[in-house]
Amino acid sequence: MFWLPVFTLWRRELIRFWREKSRVFGFVGSPLIFWLLIGSGFGDLAFFFPGALILTVMFSAVFSTMSLIEDRREGFILSMLVSPAPRVAVVLGKTLGSATLAWLQGLLFLLFLPLTGLRPGTGDLVAATVFLFVISFAFTSMGFLLAWRTDSTQGFHAIMNLVLFPLWLVSGAVFPAHTAHCWIHWLMAVNPLTYAVSALRILLGASRSEGMPDLGFSIVITAAMAALLLAAAASSVRERNARSFA
Amino acid sequence: MIVVVERLSHSYGPRNALKEISFEVSKGEIFGILGPNGGGKSTLFRILSTLMPPRAGKASIAGFSVLEQPREVRRHIGVVFQTQSLDRRLTVHENLDSQGRLFGLSGNVLQIRIQDAMERLGLADRQNDIVATLSGGLKRRVEIAKALLHEPDVLLMDEPSTGLDPAVRRELWRYLDDLRRTRQVTILLTTHILEEADLCDRLLLLHEGRVVAEGTPQQLKSRVGGDIVILDVPDPEEMHQRLKETFAVLPQSVNGRLRIEVPDGAFFLNQVLSSFPNKVESIEMHRPTLEDVFLNETGVKLEG
Repeated sequence: MFWLPVFTLWRRELIRFWREKSRVFGFVGSPLIFWLLIGSGFGDLAFFFPGALILTVMFSAVFSTMSLIEDRREGFILSMLVSPAPRVAVVLGKTLGSATLAWLQGLLFLLFLPLTGLRPGTGDLVAATVFLFVISFAFTSMGFLLAWRTDSTQGFHAIMNLVLFPLWLVSGAVFPAHTAHCWIHWLMAVNPLTYAVSALRILLGASRSEGMPDLGFSIVITAAMAALLLAAAASSVRERNARSFA
Repeated sequence: MIVVVERLSHSYGPRNALKEISFEVSKGEIFGILGPNGGGKSTLFRILSTLMPPRAGKASIAGFSVLEQPREVRRHIGVVFQTQSLDRRLTVHENLDSQGRLFGLSGNVLQIRIQDAMERLGLADRQNDIVATLSGGLKRRVEIAKALLHEPDVLLMDEPSTGLDPAVRRELWRYLDDLRRTRQVTILLTTHILEEADLCDRLLLLHEGRVVAEGTPQQLKSRVGGDIVILDVPDPEEMHQRLKETFAVLPQSVNGRLRIEVPDGAFFLNQVLSSFPNKVESIEMHRPTLEDVFLNETGVKLEG
């Protein structure tokens, strides 16, 4: 009675996505252009690759959770809420579904790895894909949290541009910590995304730079963020607030 | 009693939406909650379907409290919302399949129930259609099929006929009646449509969050007694006064027309027309309807 609804909602996200495949191109396409332009501009495709990969996952994870706003507008959420499925199962099913989609798009982006000249070992590559799923999951839980409280997709876009994109800029995805200004340096240290970028950079064998956190610590921070965000998403649904349900 | 509501109250901030509502519904009954929009029907519906906890009072369905045992209640109710609750991008079969699984059904049992529900509601040849391509009537049928998959004891329906054309509405009611007779399903619905209210076994009239009357449609209508006469006159105020003086009746002004309840409509009209020739532009007479009951109890019209 717990996993059946989780699986059902997960599968639903996948079926829906499959019916509008054009979405894939948008989410993989723009980070790809970013990466190629910035990377080529600096003459270092390898350095920007992990950051662009995270951007892909971030875009697609956060935007897949926008389906929650749609679910509410179309009323589907009501069927979930009047079913005996536990609220946590509902949240987990939706987030797992969206995370899977984001992850698959991340994997698609990963196909461009050979262009960078990076040659991670098989073990590291597998670890990187697993880690990518954790990142997808963290972003999806965050997206869920936002979407649950937001009524319009416009508000969602605003948050994306005002919060997520700057967060990504100061995560070590675009410039390394050691060349940054002092205050940016601090910002990077407290930005959880820094650790995700760092871990991915190490796993993919991109060049290490000074002051980068080590792998184990980075993975722990990222996993902790994912768990924290999922818990927050689940508890926001548990408040039985039906204010916005018609 | 399969549904028991005791002194249920709810408020949104300072606005009272429900004030100490109490009623009971027995098994197999079709129970209608009739009232104008904004009268508290939706609030009551949300509380009974466990979407919202009540501020005060108690409600139980199939012996479980909506406040303390919402998950048990959810197992025993099927909910048909007024707004659609289908996934528009999935097919009819996929929607039903998802719903069944949310209720813990799977495998053969689920497939048999889906086939059964689709056949009963005439959806079998539509099972692979994407929901977004269906007509309003078909969508409503999918909603009902969906609500019945887990064989609930009580079917809660919010304005089931709204947006359906008369033919589809009749078909829906045939099905509801069949459901109640063959499976002993209790049906609790909200409505503001008189024709629909007339089909219910028993009614609760709700106005401004309060119960204004309760009973079978027949009982309620007999409370009005006699006939309803409605007059269009050039000067309603003057006529009001003169009718009062001449016949000792108390006319009500409704949308600029005079409405009078009298024991014998034909006799009364005859007298009016002979006493005030050329003062009456048009006349109307009918047996009491639920609209008259509502008007009598609240002083306002149910519809528009």
